[in-house]
Amino acid sequence: MLAMDYRGPKRVRVTQKPMPEIKHPEDAIVRVTRSCICGSDLHLYNGNVPDTRVGTTFGHEFVGEVVEIGSEVTKLKVGDHVIVPFNISCGKCHFCKQGLYGNCHESNPMATAVGAIYGYSHTAGGFHGGQAEYVRVPYANLNPTVIPPGMDLDDAVLLTDVVPTGYQAAEMAGIQPGNTVVVFGAGPVGIMAAKSAWLFGAGRVIVLDKEDYRLEFVRNYAPCEAYNFEKDMQDPVLFIKKITDWMGADCVIDAVGAEASGDVMQTITGRKLLLQAGSATAIHWAINSVKKGGIVSVVGVYGPTDNLVPIGNVLNKGLTIRGNQTAVKRHLPRLIEHVMNGVIKPKEIITHRIPLEDIADGYRMFSDKLDNCIKPVLMMPTAR
Amino acid sequence: MQKHVIDPKSVPGWGIDADPENDPTYPMKPHRTDLEEQGYNWERPTQQPIDVEILHSNERPNVTAVFGTASPPQGLSGIIRRWAFRWSENEYNHWLPLILADRVNVVEGVLEDLAHGKFPNIWKEKGYNASWKHDRTSLILRLSAFTAVTAGLVLWLTSGDDDKGSRKKKKNKKKARYYDENEYYADDRYYDENQY
Repeated sequence: MLAMDYRGPKRVRVTQKPMPEIKHPEDAIVRVTRSCICGSDLHLYNGNVPDTRVGTTFGHEFVGEVVEIGSEVTKLKVGDHVIVPFNISCGKCHFCKQGLYGNCHESNPMATAVGAIYGYSHTAGGFHGGQAEYVRVPYANLNPTVIPPGMDLDDAVLLTDVVPTGYQAAEMAGIQPGNTVVVFGAGPVGIMAAKSAWLFGAGRVIVLDKEDYRLEFVRNYAPCEAYNFEKDMQDPVLFIKKITDWMGADCVIDAVGAEASGDVMQTITGRKLLLQAGSATAIHWAINSVKKGGIVSVVGVYGPTDNLVPIGNVLNKGLTIRGNQTAVKRHLPRLIEHVMNGVIKPKEIITHRIPLEDIADGYRMFSDKLDNCIKPVLMMPTAR
Repeated sequence: MQKHVIDPKSVPGWGIDADPENDPTYPMKPHRTDLEEQGYNWERPTQQPIDVEILHSNERPNVTAVFGTASPPQGLSGIIRRWAFRWSENEYNHWLPLILADRVNVVEGVLEDLAHGKFPNIWKEKGYNASWKHDRTSLILRLSAFTAVTAGLVLWLTSGDDDKGSRKKKKNKKKARYYDENEYYADDRYYDENQY
C-alpha cells in the first residue's frame, strides 16, 4: 500500500509499505477514504517532537471503511464507514472511565504524560497514522464511530480532531454567558474555537493571528473580531487590555502552541535551537492578557518537559490552566448533532485537496502557508 | 503508608458549587472509590503480544495492553534511545538524547536508502515543487543563501593551506619549547635526587 514516510525534518515522501495487520483481538483495519494534514503534524514535520523515528507514517485525522476486524471486535463490522478519533483509548482504564479519552493508560507505553495518538511519534505510542491507504485501528469496539447516513465525508473527517479540539478549547475556557473570549491563532483549530465560543454563550469573540487571509476567513466563518498582531498593534497584550476596558479578557484560548511567531527570543530558543519545548509566545500572551481570575484554555501543542515550565505536560495531562488533548469520543455525539443540524459546517474550512502522492508538497504548502492554505485534505488513490 | 481520610461532608461548604451543569468543563465521574486509589484496579484489556522491542517509560511498571510497532529501535539511534529510556520523563536525560537519536536516525535513513540503491530525491521530499509554484522568490533567496554559505565554507576549508600550516607549525614549535623546558627541569631534579 502507499503511505507517507517520514525521512527527517521537513523531508517526507510516499512509499510502498506493508499492509497493516491485526495485532490485537480488538484491532480493525480501515481503508482510509479521507485524511488530513493537521497543524500538530507540523511539529513532527519540523523535527520538534522527540522520538519521531524515520520510517513512520503520520496522520491522526482520518475516516475510512472497515475492511478487517479482530476476534474480539463486536461493535463494528466489515463495510462500516467510520470516524476515527485521533486518540487511541481503551475505555477501561482509570482515565477513560473519567471520560479522559486523551489520557488513556493502556495505549502508549512510551510516555505517561501523553496518551496514544495515531502517527504522532513514539512519544505518543509509536502507531502508524492515517496518511496511508490502510491503517490499523486498535480498540475498535470503543473509538471508531459509524458515520451517520447523509453526513458528508469532508465533514466527518474534521470531526476526528479539528472540530472537537476547537469545541473543547471553548468548553475548557469555562465561558459564561456574555464573556469576552480571545483566541490566539486563526488556524483550523483557532477558527473552530472561535465558532464554538459562541455556542457556549460568549458575548464577544476576538481572534489574533499574523496572516491576513486567515483573519479574513475567521471573520466570515466564526464570525468575530479579528486582528493582525504584526500590523494592527505593537503589543498584543496591551492591545487586548485596551479593547477590554483595561481589564483583560474573561477567557483566553491558546490555539497555537510550539510554532508561535511574534517573539524573536522565543523563536530562536524554542523553534530554531530547540532549547525549550517550542516557542512559548502564545501561552505568555494568553496568561498576560486574561483578566485576573480569568481562565486560560490551552490546546496548542508544546513539546515535552524541556521548557521553563513543563507546559506541554499541562496540556497532555489535563492539569490546571485547563489544557488537554481533546477527548474526541466524549464530544462526538453532540458534535455530530451540531453538524447534522447545520450549526457547524466543518467542510467549509477545507481549502486544498492534495493527492497522497504529492504529500511533500502538501506539507510544504501548509507549513509555509502558501496559496492561502487553511486546511488540506489528502486524497487516497484507493478512495478517488 | 496509611491514607489520611477526610469525610468531605465535614468540610464547611462542601459541594455547594458541585453542580456539573454549572461547570461542564471538567469530565466528572459519578463516584470516586477507594479502590480506584490503588493503581491498576481496572480489568486490563488483552495484552498485545510483545514480539518487537518496546521501550516503555520507567514511570509505569509495564507495557500497555496495545502499542504501536511503527519503527522499533535499531542501530546507533536505537542504542541512544535505549539509554534515554533509562531516565524518567521528568529528566532532560530522557528527552535530549531522544532528539539526538532522531538526528542520528535521519543519517541512518539516508544510508539505508543508499544501501538499497536509492538516492533520496531531496527536492521532492522537501516539497520544493510547491514552493517553486507559490513562493518562488523566497525559495530562490533561501537556496542562494544556502549555496553562498556552503560555497564560502568550502572555499575557506580548501584555501590558504600554507598559512594554516605555518600557523600550526608555529603552535607546535611553541608547544615543543614548553615541553623542552619541562624536560629540562625534570632532568635537573633527577640529577639532584641522585646527587643527594
